[in-house]
Amino acid sequence: MTVEVWTTVFVILTFMVYLYIGWRSRVKDSKGFFVADQGVPAVANGAATAADWMSAASFMGMAGLISSLGYDGSIYLMGWTGGYVLLALLLAPYLRKFGKYTVPDFVGDRYYSKVARLVAVVAAIFVSLTYVAGQMRGVGIVFSRFLEVDVERGVIIGMVIVAFFAILGGMKGITWTQVAQYTVLIVAYLIPAVAIAWQLTGNPIPQLAFTFGDVVDKLNQVQVDLGFDAYTQPFASKSMLDVLFITIALMVGTAGLPHVIVRFYTVPNVRAARYSAGWALLFIALLYTSAPAIASFARYNLIGTLHNQPIAEVQQLDWVQKWQTTKLLTLEDKNGNGTIEWTPTENTSDVKIDPDIIVLSTPEVAKLAPWVVALVAAGGLAAALSTASGLLLVISSSIAHDVYYKLINPEASEGQRVMVGRIMVGLAILIAGYFGINPPGFVAQVVAFAFGLAAASFFPVILLGIFDKRTNREGAIAGMVSGLLFTTVYILGVKFYGMSPWFFGVSAEGIGTVGMLINLVVTLVVSRLTPPPPPEIQALVENLRTPGDAPLALADIGEEQLD
Amino acid sequence: MTSPRLPSYWRQNTALIRTLLIVWGFVSLVFSILLVQPLNQIPIGNLPLGFWMAQQGSIFVFVALIFIYAKQMDKLDRQYNANPKQK
Repeated sequence: MTVEVWTTVFVILTFMVYLYIGWRSRVKDSKGFFVADQGVPAVANGAATAADWMSAASFMGMAGLISSLGYDGSIYLMGWTGGYVLLALLLAPYLRKFGKYTVPDFVGDRYYSKVARLVAVVAAIFVSLTYVAGQMRGVGIVFSRFLEVDVERGVIIGMVIVAFFAILGGMKGITWTQVAQYTVLIVAYLIPAVAIAWQLTGNPIPQLAFTFGDVVDKLNQVQVDLGFDAYTQPFASKSMLDVLFITIALMVGTAGLPHVIVRFYTVPNVRAARYSAGWALLFIALLYTSAPAIASFARYNLIGTLHNQPIAEVQQLDWVQKWQTTKLLTLEDKNGNGTIEWTPTENTSDVKIDPDIIVLSTPEVAKLAPWVVALVAAGGLAAALSTASGLLLVISSSIAHDVYYKLINPEASEGQRVMVGRIMVGLAILIAGYFGINPPGFVAQVVAFAFGLAAASFFPVILLGIFDKRTNREGAIAGMVSGLLFTTVYILGVKFYGMSPWFFGVSAEGIGTVGMLINLVVTLVVSRLTPPPPPEIQALVENLRTPGDAPLALADIGEEQLD
Repeated sequence: MTSPRLPSYWRQNTALIRTLLIVWGFVSLVFSILLVQPLNQIPIGNLPLGFWMAQQGSIFVFVALIFIYAKQMDKLDRQYNANPKQK
């Protein structure tokens, strides 16, 4: 069977599973729709969080980025995992104890303010929309490359699938489909990783092959011979300060992303929230510790397959032809000597490769069986769809719950609230689809935005809301607004208006760290210059801090052994 | 929850968080970034240690930290729920 046939089979199979789960988990009331009845076991929520979090960018993009950045790619590895420690220790248990539906809910209630709620709603929607456009694009790319469907039709198929389970099942449907999607994506990621590790080092475990094999050593040598920096060379493309700031911004941004935070509202109790953060990171770590192995192996393989090879021969390769038609790979014999030279300078290098195709092309470059290639395509779709659905729910609940129910029509009945929720999911899918088909050229650029804004807005306000009783409405609003303003102006200035990165050369990706610090300081100072929060709010904070639920029966938390 | 027991529960909780976050910061920000160059002089397997910390080791530690926190909080919770009189 060819790759196309296998891909069709896998895609149809997995989509049928998603649809079936969506149908089985349809819901009627708002608690089911927005927080899955708060009945998701810790392990399942961990898997759902992992799928929710690992997007098309994690699945397809990250290993590629690491592959071209070497050590400097560690910013993504540490940044996108380290945030879970902050989330698990500082935010998740308390937000679960608070036990409402959305992130703006917490901000609005804790700071007894409609303005604060509204600022949070706007930030949540902006962050989520930015992110979801990229996911739909990912769906389109997989379809166009592996099924030779045009991007448009691919995006529409993806929209229909997400619409089905998200509109019917809300958070509950999304949760259980995400569990299935995690399974698909992790299998799809690990099988080629194991195969390549085995091929190159004789050790099937990618993490061990990476550490104890000699591929990275050889790659260092090859890179230096070609005139690149050694693969393990730190700070080859970014300064130490920039690496530090970007890592912190990604960590804090991760902890502040609304679609990740809401997942912790869906577990039964505080204790399950703590454990499910651990499970989530464990499931994520399976992929994230394999990624650097894939990154280095793929680069080593690619250089070997392309460099110093006769261009006529390389052009015959099936995968080279297919990627060239997508324009993500360009081979051009610039000095006309008949062979390909891969050099660090773009003007003389015969190879131009988009980091996005590293993971998707790896199985083909390594000449793995067609079904493995197809499985990777299905995994990419699972990653993109699961993240998209989580984001769409945040957009929907921000409008249906925080704007419609809390601000416009507090009298709304259960039925009305769920109906508005469903309509908003539908609407959000249409907008996401539109951006997927007509991607604004700046999608890649605005991802820095999503993290920067999450870091500069949500994280400090939630953190202080729990850990500093004195923080009041005035402080929180002033903090969020100044953090957001500073970060937005800096990112827009550097990315679009040619402003020099005047803050010690920190790039747009890392400036969220400074925005967060500004937010923290402003919130603390303004809070202390204005009246303390009312007694009932202080009591609410006290309550968040008190030991919560009694330890539950084993079955409820998915933990095997209790001491 | 009666008020006299709360402060000590909260104090123990924040002390635990502080300890774990110090480890977190050292592993990721200090060892993997600020001290990566000196640590790279030491090999682990076939990789330089600093590089390995940044791409593998720190992630393993993160997972461990979260589970340690959950376990320790279980103990603390049990202590405070099981014996209401105990300080």
